[in-house]
Amino acid sequence: MKAAPFDYVRVSSLDELGELAAAYGDDAQVIAGGQSLVPAMAMRMARPKLLLDLCDLPGLADIRLTPEGLEIGAMVRYFELAASPLVAAHAPLVSAAVPLIAHEAIRSRGTLGGNLAHADPASEMPAVMLALGAVITIAGSNGARRIPAAEFFIGTYETALRPGEIITAITLPAAPVGRRGAIDEVVRRSGDYAAVGAAFAIDLEGETVAGARLAFFAVCERAVLAEKAAAALCGQRLGHVDPAPVLDALAEEITPVADLHNRAETKRHLMKVLAGRLLQRLLSGEKSTHG
Amino acid sequence: MDSLFPVTLTLNGVTATHEVSQRTTLADFLRQTVGLTATHIGCEHGVCGACTVFVDGRIARACLMFAIQAEGRDIRTLEGFAGDRRMEVLQRHFHERNALQCGFCTSGMLATAHQLLEGSPDPSREEVRESLSGNFCRCTGYHAIVDATLDAAAELNAAAVATGGEAAC
Repeated sequence: MKAAPFDYVRVSSLDELGELAAAYGDDAQVIAGGQSLVPAMAMRMARPKLLLDLCDLPGLADIRLTPEGLEIGAMVRYFELAASPLVAAHAPLVSAAVPLIAHEAIRSRGTLGGNLAHADPASEMPAVMLALGAVITIAGSNGARRIPAAEFFIGTYETALRPGEIITAITLPAAPVGRRGAIDEVVRRSGDYAAVGAAFAIDLEGETVAGARLAFFAVCERAVLAEKAAAALCGQRLGHVDPAPVLDALAEEITPVADLHNRAETKRHLMKVLAGRLLQRLLSGEKSTHG
Repeated sequence: MDSLFPVTLTLNGVTATHEVSQRTTLADFLRQTVGLTATHIGCEHGVCGACTVFVDGRIARACLMFAIQAEGRDIRTLEGFAGDRRMEVLQRHFHERNALQCGFCTSGMLATAHQLLEGSPDPSREEVRESLSGNFCRCTGYHAIVDATLDAAAELNAAAVATGGEAAC
């Protein structure tokens, strides 16, 4: 279980990153926290010839409020997200998601940007980004662009990133006053990959659901938004929610794909169970469960 | 034979430069290059927790970092905790509670428990279980490890109260 030989560079600018990425092509691999990449290299599932370490790139580790919303630098590590009062105040769903990710020792090193760029279909954060309507800032030597999370995740380990580009920041737009959020997953052991997971952000106007973003992970090839299910939830009233049309729409629009441990049929069942639980938790009564 | 490159890091309080190949993990570096064998290597892909060490003051998997990434970092292994009061109390309660049999997981368990008690001096049993859930033990069945961690917390808190320490507030 040793990685194949590789060269290693701590890049100091996006231009340097771009030049090396162009020179090495598919043999170049960016490393952020390395908590998914290093095991893949140990198992020789990844054999990059060049590792481009982002740890010395300036300006990627800040969390700050901007006019567009809460901006989180790509190299912010999970434990920093969990400890951030800004994140707790402006994106509590992110704070709530961190304890579900692996274990404390992994959360010391893993980064938000690295997680999103890896695009593991069983990972929590891509779904949280979909639920919160995140905008992802991507940069390379040719400049920067911003794309919605919903257009960023393409497939398993597949994103809108082009060679030589990295995520530099994630912006979470300000939430409306009536926002409620929750995340949960079905998992055999704490810290394992989820069998099925869901992250919901529901916006109430008074006691009526005015908007909903229902994201699921570990169900198919990437994190997905259940848009028909969300439409079936809109207009329903707090304390009087009928989950049946929501769950029916969900089963219709998302076709789960089996993984190593769970059949598609199991995932379909668990997906509905989990969605029902989250609706109950968020909308059954008066108590605000902003989380 | 891989080429060797210099890496300068602070290891248990001492800053030094060593020669490593780029693909040497921090775990292999600690055991084979430096000869610090308290850090154990189990699964080599981040699952078992046996190689848990402190990187810049927080627990991390030494098998999920290449030594060359530790350039400029502060690394602390179990050897670096000699004389540390919290670690000494944890070790004694692990001994008293039979919280180890083969001992392979123990370094990682102690490192993880040490960080837990630093941030959460009076954890519930559930918190201890959650905190240690990333460290595998194949001997004890875990209960003794959880017991030992809770006993250590109780002793450290009692000492803090007796001396008017901040844990009393």
